Amino acid sequence: MNRFLRLIGRDVRLAFRQGSAMTLGLSFFVIVVVLFPLGVGPELAVLARIGPGVLWVAALLACLLTLDRMFQADYEDGSLDLLMTGSLPTEILVLAKVIAHWLTSVLPLIVIAPLLGMSLNLPGDGILALTAALLIGTPTLSLIGAVGAALTMGMRRGGVLLSLLVLPLYIPVLIFGVAAVDASMAQLSATPHLLLLGGASLGALVVGPLAAAAALRLSLS
Amino acid sequence: MAIDLHKYANPKRFLAITGAIYPWSVGLTVVLLLVGLYLSLFVAPPDYQQGDTVRIMFVHVPAAWMALMIYTMMAISSAVGLIWKHPVADLTAKASAPIGACFTFLALVTGSLWGQPMWGTFWVWDARLTSMLILLFLYLGYMAIWESFDDPVKAAKAAAILALVGVINIPIIRFSVDWWNTLHQPASVATMDGPKIHSTILIPLLVMGLAYTAFFVMVLIIRVKAEILKRRLRVLQIAELRES
Amino acid sequence: MSFVAQNLACQRADQLIFEDVSFSLSPGEAVWVKGRNGAGKSSLLRICARLLAPLRGQAAWHGEDIFKDYDGYIGDYHYLGHLDALKYALTVRENIDFWAEFHGIPDVASALDQFDLQALSDIPTGMLSQGQKKRTNLARLTASSAKLWILDEPLSALDLHYIALFKERLIRHLAEGGMALFATHQDLELEQVKILDLDDWAS
Repeated sequence: MNRFLRLIGRDVRLAFRQGSAMTLGLSFFVIVVVLFPLGVGPELAVLARIGPGVLWVAALLACLLTLDRMFQADYEDGSLDLLMTGSLPTEILVLAKVIAHWLTSVLPLIVIAPLLGMSLNLPGDGILALTAALLIGTPTLSLIGAVGAALTMGMRRGGVLLSLLVLPLYIPVLIFGVAAVDASMAQLSATPHLLLLGGASLGALVVGPLAAAAALRLSLS
Repeated sequence: MAIDLHKYANPKRFLAITGAIYPWSVGLTVVLLLVGLYLSLFVAPPDYQQGDTVRIMFVHVPAAWMALMIYTMMAISSAVGLIWKHPVADLTAKASAPIGACFTFLALVTGSLWGQPMWGTFWVWDARLTSMLILLFLYLGYMAIWESFDDPVKAAKAAAILALVGVINIPIIRFSVDWWNTLHQPASVATMDGPKIHSTILIPLLVMGLAYTAFFVMVLIIRVKAEILKRRLRVLQIAELRES
Repeated sequence: MSFVAQNLACQRADQLIFEDVSFSLSPGEAVWVKGRNGAGKSSLLRICARLLAPLRGQAAWHGEDIFKDYDGYIGDYHYLGHLDALKYALTVRENIDFWAEFHGIPDVASALDQFDLQALSDIPTGMLSQGQKKRTNLARLTASSAKLWILDEPLSALDLHYIALFKERLIRHLAEGGMALFATHQDLELEQVKILDLDDWAS
């Protein structure tokens, strides 16, 4: 457990110290969201209508952008060899990297999302539902993404392949995430959607580390 | 190593079995396809709403079945390759992917051809069509990962992991897309749920499905043989390089 | 306590790199893996570090097969590849601290001392020279309590003084009953070393 926490701590500290790792994904997220009003026009009713979808799609893409660094940095400098020969089982190792990725790359998006939601004219209920949906749904993105990141590790132009592999698998999260916000904006309960998102996250918690660990051993060999 | 290469270089049993099946699959493909097309184009009655357009369904629906079935089969054979390290299983999975992608593509094209007279546009975000489109991406990703590794042994394992993760996700994707569609469904538009199944329609559908299956088996055998020859060629080339 | 490898074979991308490689290590022994480039030195070391599965063959630690999820092997060996495995944004001390704790052996101070790193310990490793990075890397090795050292090119970028220092440290490790499996281009001139020439096995 101690080692597990140490590894997460190291990754978080690295992300803070390098800075760019965190701010890049965040700036990307903001820019993508800002592009939409410029693309479809500033009409408030339209923005409120497309807002949840725009925010979720942007979050998906921003998460994808940071995914390929999940194992790549440790792979390139040889740290991964040492991590893999340590006493932490590879599945747990993957879980630590996933948690670190979520904390450093996804959590900042969730923190700023309400602000962007307001700029897209989402009502208070919608913003609340959006934040809840992001908190419950995004762990799936990191977990499923870990499989793709492990498979494409060490590849030239792995990033492009990564998006082809991972984005189709993100579709359920997108659908339920947007549905949760839409429901609350229509004065309906968002709970069923949030429960589905939670179910997806739990499922991914089982499948993700297993598959990613297998992929990691493979890519390293 | 010598032993392992021989599995590729001389998979006698596999070749013997497929050699026996192959002529039958060719014959069945031709006969079933002729019968199926005759039944669906001439015998089946036109739909009272859709008219002759409904006949596209006889091409479309079995193609969609095949698309799903081939992906499932691919995942099963990937699991066999991963667990029992059977190289022919890996090659079977690899060889079936492009066929599955073609069936998916066929389902998409026929779906939108059907949609033109029905919906007045070539593409509607119908639940089934959208699922098919996502399935096409899953196929493309699977094929891309095979191409991305220099080492065929590693490529096989990576592709197998992806296929297994994909097959777990397909029902979830399917469910979510259905859900999404019911949320956004405008009531008046006809959906691809198609006509009520009646025996005059069911029989041609089934015959076409069997024809596609026979066709799939035929092409699969050719492709797996080609893969085996490709591996054998590669091994020979490497051996030759080593000697020179 | 011993490490015994029998009939190891390695395959990369359909190419057989080597086969029937056998060797053994008892306490105090060292094996020097030699061979031309591409002979599979790194692959052999990675197999022994369980980072790569061999095509065939067994390797045993204390008589237990290391490829069959044998947990007793973890922590008893330390692998050092030719990459430096340092996080440039972290200081020398932070780097070594993390790994010492990750491998469960916090004897950081003496390790820093041994390779003259005390003065550098609060400098981010990204600012160090190649040789200094290598020394940090070797300090991490000596900070571990591993019995078996698996070293891939540990001497590249080190100047003569530190090569001598490293050699001295290695000899002490062996004298204390440790073992070492290493691949280097240059001769360390150890008195007792078994030579494993992969060119002899090349197929």
